[in-house]
Amino acid sequence: MNTHPAGRILRAVLLTLLYLFLLAPIIVVFVESFDDSTYLRFPPEGFTLDAYRQVFANADFRSGIQVSAVTAAVTTLLALVTGVPAALALTRLRFRGRDAVESAFLSPLLVPHIVLGLALLVLFAPIPLTDTYWGLILAHLGVTVPYVVRTVSAALAGADPRAEEAARTLGAGRFTVLRRVTLPAALPGLVSGAIIAFLLSFDETVISLFVSGQSTRPLPVAVLQYVEYRSDPSIAALSVCLVLLSVAAVVVVERSLGLRRSLRS
Amino acid sequence: MSGTATAAGDTVPGPKGGPRTAASGDGARAPRGPRPGRTALFLLAPGALALLFTYAMPLVWVVRMALNEPLDGGAIRQTLTFGTFTQVLRDGHYWKVIGQTLQLGVLVTVFTLLLAYPVALFLARTTSRWRSLLMALAVAPLLISSVARTFGWMAILGNQGLINKTLQALALTDGPLPLANNMTGVVIASVEIYMPFAILAMISGFGRLEPELERAAASLGANRLAVLRRVVLPLTLPGVLTAALLVFVLSLSGYVTPRLIGGGRVFVLATEIYDEAITSLNWPVAAVLSVLLLVLFGIVIVLYQRAQRALERRFTGEKGASR
Repeated sequence: MNTHPAGRILRAVLLTLLYLFLLAPIIVVFVESFDDSTYLRFPPEGFTLDAYRQVFANADFRSGIQVSAVTAAVTTLLALVTGVPAALALTRLRFRGRDAVESAFLSPLLVPHIVLGLALLVLFAPIPLTDTYWGLILAHLGVTVPYVVRTVSAALAGADPRAEEAARTLGAGRFTVLRRVTLPAALPGLVSGAIIAFLLSFDETVISLFVSGQSTRPLPVAVLQYVEYRSDPSIAALSVCLVLLSVAAVVVVERSLGLRRSLRS
Repeated sequence: MSGTATAAGDTVPGPKGGPRTAASGDGARAPRGPRPGRTALFLLAPGALALLFTYAMPLVWVVRMALNEPLDGGAIRQTLTFGTFTQVLRDGHYWKVIGQTLQLGVLVTVFTLLLAYPVALFLARTTSRWRSLLMALAVAPLLISSVARTFGWMAILGNQGLINKTLQALALTDGPLPLANNMTGVVIASVEIYMPFAILAMISGFGRLEPELERAAASLGANRLAVLRRVVLPLTLPGVLTAALLVFVLSLSGYVTPRLIGGGRVFVLATEIYDEAITSLNWPVAAVLSVLLLVLFGIVIVLYQRAQRALERRFTGEKGASR
């Protein structure tokens, strides 16, 4: 495409700069996590793993990790249980008002989290569901179900319904078809929906700020409140741990799914 | 084919005598149960119930809260009045907040589009074997908590940060440049945080872009700039428009970056809603600001749909003219 070598070099330089900008905070956080100072400075002047020790010594972070993990796990499960049947209905059945139902199911994606957080606080405070695990889980459910519906719908729409018809022809019942044909075909969508739901819930900050409290403070809220008053390398160390965790999750799933797919064909 | 399928299927008893009764309603287009309506209701109910309680009801409750009257000390008088709305709309402070929110949204959207477009265009057109790696790198920041990335930007933009330290080491500036605790810092960090969203939205909207068209234009004598302006840009406009909507809407409602990088000196609707609700315990005013933010969202989405339709018309019009 590019004929002039000068143009090609210019383009490479531009792209490199843009990528550098895009990845700058990650690179900085990574380097910063090995700094030995007690305040935020860059570049660091010493090398130590103290920041990593501090993360696990901090009681707020430890309990935050627990709250976020439990919340994200239960939220993911509930999002799958409620979202997958909806995706099945939206892709495999024809009924009146299907398009309207679909946009209703996806509409929470359009509402800003700051508004949803306040709205959930107003609804949950008198029950009272604020500062409880169930409050957090329900608050996260509303924003994760649409993602599950969307990814699973996309996977189901991509799967060939003729395979299901063939299974029916061969005498399989509806549940058997669902269990043996439809859901396996949609498995990549199910898994990616589950991962997205888990990561969204684990990372959810703004909604959690409104509905969480002293006894159930998820990790992002604990980090946000820590960063507001102090800035030391322990936050960087924590961020690096979280990045590695989510990258590992994605790689593992990609590998296992890829393996499964290659085994089947 | 489909007829035989259902007929054969019906000779097998349904699991637990499910709602499947006869094949009478089965058309060629609905290979499933005879009463799709009832099955659909059954399948949609759990999700609908979940969203009713975690999304629809809260929104109704917050709109209702906006019609209450705040009393001193966080107390609320249950009533039905637009008094809180008029109180907010008469207050110059809130207009300033709305103005700053829009200013932040516009600045972030413009810069994000400018920076994301070359990357998206490159990723959409390249045939390099590094393509999937570069694609992964471009969207990798999405995997990382925005709190962590904002923290990274604090380390870059702060008075003791990377930029100011470098500038001072090179003796280019006397004091630190004010890059954090103000609008500049919030814009810089927000642009980076929304860039992956913009890149993804652009690439998925670049469907009309085909290398043949560019080659055709070039072979007909158009220079590179003309190809870019007359072929590439119009064909990628739908993707750019979607990215613009996404980034604008996200930055209008962003909370973490304005709060952390703004250092309590940048007031936007999101930080104001939180402060009113949690610090001042003034739920009615927080609810009014939320409703105003939703109205703003509504206006933006309507404008987007209009622009999209206009774009669509232009495309079909051009096609019609060329035939």
